[in-house]
Amino acid sequence: MAYAERFKAPTSLSEKEFTYCPGCSHGIVHRLIAEVIDELEIQGKTIMVAPVGCSVFAYEFFDVDGTVAAHGRAPAVATGIKRASPDNVVFTYQGDGDLAAIGTAEIIHAANRGERITTIFINNAIYGMTGGQMAPTTLLGMKTTTTPYGRRENIEGYPIHVSEVLKELSGVAFLARTKVTTPQDVIKTKKYLKKAFYAQLNNIGFGLVEVLSTCPTNWGLTPIESMKWLEDNMVKEFPLGVYVDKVGDVR
Amino acid sequence: MEKAEKVMVKGTEAIGEAAVRAGCRLYFGYPITPQSELTEYMARRLPEVNGTFLQAESEVAVSNMIYGAASTGKRVMTSTSSPGFSLMQEGVSYIAGAELPCVFVNVVRGGPGLGDIQPAQSDYFQATKGGGHGDYKLIVYGPESLQEAVELTIRAFDVADKYRIPVLLLTDGLLGQMMEPVKFPSFKNLNTLPDHSDWALTGTKMQREPHRVTSFDLDPVKLEKMNIQRHEKYKTIVKEEKLFEEYKLNDAEVVLVAYGTMGRIVKSVADTAREKGVKAGVFRPISLWPFPYEELGRYTENAKFFFTVEMSFGQMVEDVRLAVNGKKPVEFYGRTGGVVPTPGEVLAKLMELV
Repeated sequence: MAYAERFKAPTSLSEKEFTYCPGCSHGIVHRLIAEVIDELEIQGKTIMVAPVGCSVFAYEFFDVDGTVAAHGRAPAVATGIKRASPDNVVFTYQGDGDLAAIGTAEIIHAANRGERITTIFINNAIYGMTGGQMAPTTLLGMKTTTTPYGRRENIEGYPIHVSEVLKELSGVAFLARTKVTTPQDVIKTKKYLKKAFYAQLNNIGFGLVEVLSTCPTNWGLTPIESMKWLEDNMVKEFPLGVYVDKVGDVR
Repeated sequence: MEKAEKVMVKGTEAIGEAAVRAGCRLYFGYPITPQSELTEYMARRLPEVNGTFLQAESEVAVSNMIYGAASTGKRVMTSTSSPGFSLMQEGVSYIAGAELPCVFVNVVRGGPGLGDIQPAQSDYFQATKGGGHGDYKLIVYGPESLQEAVELTIRAFDVADKYRIPVLLLTDGLLGQMMEPVKFPSFKNLNTLPDHSDWALTGTKMQREPHRVTSFDLDPVKLEKMNIQRHEKYKTIVKEEKLFEEYKLNDAEVVLVAYGTMGRIVKSVADTAREKGVKAGVFRPISLWPFPYEELGRYTENAKFFFTVEMSFGQMVEDVRLAVNGKKPVEFYGRTGGVVPTPGEVLAKLMELV
């Protein structure tokens, strides 16, 4: 395939320029979601629910109907949309503060109900938009603006493992943790995303892909250093792989 | 309950059946006394009409589910009681900001905090002055009887759709728990409900530009413009949507002002006062927002004084004072914590004032 053809923007992305920092993983993940929507030919019936955080404008970057939820409530908003309109494909896009702190109840219960929605969970171990505060997934010892001495287990507790918690819930049909730091990871992530949408399309249950992501701006690292930091530190804390797969082979 | 005949029903269930007849096929809720029967009624009733009922994990989730469902343009409602409605304020503010039509029911109980489960009117400020953050309004109705609750429930869905605004039915535990004969209207044809296809989230079907439902713009000038447009709409609602009852006011020297359950009770107080030679009448606001300021203010000419009675320490009385605007005295009597004033004690207070 010619380069120009292979790398043309997916139809499901709008032409609006991303507002993300250089080296941030949001851009790659947005593109992968849009490619999956294109390939599944569901653009015309997809509704996206953006979160509060750096991706608060995500609903403008996709060329699909969309809304933005209150902080943490995207799974509840998506539930309302999907229950009202089951023929639509509904996905949420949420960061770690949104999904794993303020929105813990909403994500657990949406997953447990086997809500026919798909969630993309961006875990970069920090609050991006508010300027680098501690996230529920911040690593022990990691310095943030609200853990200036590093996260301490006896004060702030431990980084929360969302996929490990959600995998115990029977409503989950597909669940995987991945990263997008190498081309192989990107290809694998796209495969996972497709399965997470198939969990919804084939009426099997709730689908979620957790993507370990970089935040060079708030980590205080260059994009390249950030990728290395993620490989060296986050992957150890948050093991990659498929946690639940009731979707099976789909091509 | 298929025919338009009088049937004996409980308050909460009357509202539920009215909602179904209004074309509501979506209910999200969370149990809380004294309105759980409405949640249970919808759990039973909606599947019979191919509707969807979902018990959520919290009232916070409920109000955000309502936001999602209302974004699709379909008729949706929830019901709760005071502490639950406090939790819903997040969603209410977003819904008001995104201009989504939907219906909330607050069966008010004694507060603050956990309070109790007896009837109260202490959530008037929260209902009419904005319970959540930001400059917004809900249309708020305070029914006095089950028949009126049924009619206002149906009206609530209609005005919600007409103006793209959340509407709140503000009732109390007394109305929720009582039984009365009610005549239900016939079922609305779902195909004749208002068309929201110009803004609702339905998927583009690859035939139009994407629709975006938000209460959000980082550009202050644009956000102010959104707010101005919404407030222009509020002005229209103030002009068009005021509801109130005037009872024996023609020659009234004492104007009792009360809403909901109290509005009904003070009508009998006015009757007894007249037997005792006191020319009393009742002004009963039905729409608490928009509040009928001018309509109430007209009585400042003939009335000697106004007498507001509430099941609170005095909340609506502030609107009565605004309507009266210092022209005549505004007296107040209230009981709280779930204590409902009897006609006898209100009458005694009235006779003291005369």
